[in-house]
Amino acid sequence: MSGDVMVITEHMEGKFSDVSFELVGKARELAEAFGGESIALVLGGGVDASVFASHATLHVADAALNHFNPEAYARVIEALVKERSPRLVMFGWTVIGMDLAAWLSGRMGVPCVAYAKDVRVENGALIVSSQAYGGKLIAEVSPEGEMAIVACLAGSFPAEAGHGSTQATVIPSPVDLGGLKMKFLEVIKPEAGDVDITTQTKLVAVGRGIGGKENIELAEELAEKLGAVVCASRPVVDAGWLPRTRQVGKSGLKVKPKLYFMLGISGAPEHLEGMKDAELIIAINTDKKAPIFNVAHYGAVADLFEVTEAMLELL
Amino acid sequence: MHIVVAIKHIPSIADELPVRHNNIDFDSVDFVLNEWDEHSIEQAVLIKEAVGGTVTVIGVDVIGELDNALHLALAKGADRAVKIAAEEPGADSHQQAKWLAEAIQNMSPDLILSGVQASNDLDGQLGPLIAAYLDLPYIGGTSAIEVTNGKAMVLKEFPGGIGMRYEIALPFVAGVQAAPKPPRYAPVSKVRQIAQTAKVETIEPGEGESGGLRFLKMAPPVVTGHAEMIQGTAKEIAARIVELLKSRGLL
Repeated sequence: MSGDVMVITEHMEGKFSDVSFELVGKARELAEAFGGESIALVLGGGVDASVFASHATLHVADAALNHFNPEAYARVIEALVKERSPRLVMFGWTVIGMDLAAWLSGRMGVPCVAYAKDVRVENGALIVSSQAYGGKLIAEVSPEGEMAIVACLAGSFPAEAGHGSTQATVIPSPVDLGGLKMKFLEVIKPEAGDVDITTQTKLVAVGRGIGGKENIELAEELAEKLGAVVCASRPVVDAGWLPRTRQVGKSGLKVKPKLYFMLGISGAPEHLEGMKDAELIIAINTDKKAPIFNVAHYGAVADLFEVTEAMLELL
Repeated sequence: MHIVVAIKHIPSIADELPVRHNNIDFDSVDFVLNEWDEHSIEQAVLIKEAVGGTVTVIGVDVIGELDNALHLALAKGADRAVKIAAEEPGADSHQQAKWLAEAIQNMSPDLILSGVQASNDLDGQLGPLIAAYLDLPYIGGTSAIEVTNGKAMVLKEFPGGIGMRYEIALPFVAGVQAAPKPPRYAPVSKVRQIAQTAKVETIEPGEGESGGLRFLKMAPPVVTGHAEMIQGTAKEIAARIVELLKSRGLL
């Protein structure tokens, strides 16, 4: 067992995601505490892998990995983790990392901490803070055993510390990537035509609290009066009340408007990831303990329909 | 075509979450069906409607109140409901996935679905763990699954409205982000009728094994900032907001 910390990086269309740099920066610090090395793992070609501040970067440049293929990624990562026995394997808690971290944990029989917000070493022991329960509680846990896996929320660590120019070492795939059950077919880009919420200066964001598709109209009406556009948190889009192009958050879009007016959004970490940099955040929610009130600039514990109706009368 | 849907009964985050012994005080919280499970159940029923087959819904009965969720799934079109009678509210995802994998293995499924995540997945989600224990591949974040001739066409969601399509040979495990249609509504009368007539099969849990996380502390997040709260009636709140927007040049 080594003191190494392995980071599974992610890239799309030739660019690494911010979370990859965030994890590499943190991995360097943790590896030093464990007396090992930070190793950035890059899967797939079509990307310049020599951009990290890791002690080492391994690049499996197999074309079968160019686009994310959960099965191919999982098998390659499993083989490399078995071969190198790192102390810690770090993923992003992202649409990619979420497919891999727990699977690897089950295969290797080692603990996994999801929703990780902080990772540190105290007296040689690994301690992870996990922001579960929709951001309402932070659990501090210590994974047992000599290897652990963490999947960290994006934005948990500074990205700057992960940027560097460590020369990547190209290695062959440790497993045969022929005969996979999963075959990548194509990338589907969002249909143009709908408004681009990332370029709007004012947004009215609706969450589960809006109650139903029939109530979206009320939010639309308010948005129109404010010169804003309506966007939403994930549950609203999953329910089919608004199109995917309006979704803000981890699995949606990142926005930075001058005004982010929130109706019935509790503020789960996944949503905060997409809007926390808005210049003015105002939140209306019936739950006085909603995590959004720790992030918003102004808040009111009130019925969103009553407040919206009252605003419409004034505008 | 046999589709198995693994569901999770979890503490409701709509309410207060009291803490006891460095974990949730499970006696003081309501348990609800994981919200993503509504989508995995809907996805399963949609596939059944398209190509035929049966849908089995299975979950670990952590507090002895899973029947309601199972009856609802039956009312929505599932054919068979199974619960693993564990009554261990603190059973983590690893533990539940071990029990589920054991039970599902005997069901010879063609496809296993689960919700993409749950708010109490501190040690990871059920789907990828079940896949790992059954030596199957896993894909999460799906928003459409269509089955034809032993294969599935799967659409996986990426940030920014981007999707990726995959062709996957059965069997495999998918974590459903959203069904292609909003989850259907089951009338209360139908659920009630099913509750009276349906048989929920009960399985005793096997050995299981926890995820190996030692809980040191659990508490609400340390708040570094807090919104300035606007008090008053809805009218007063609205007036204050409008005033605020005007003063900032936003109106």
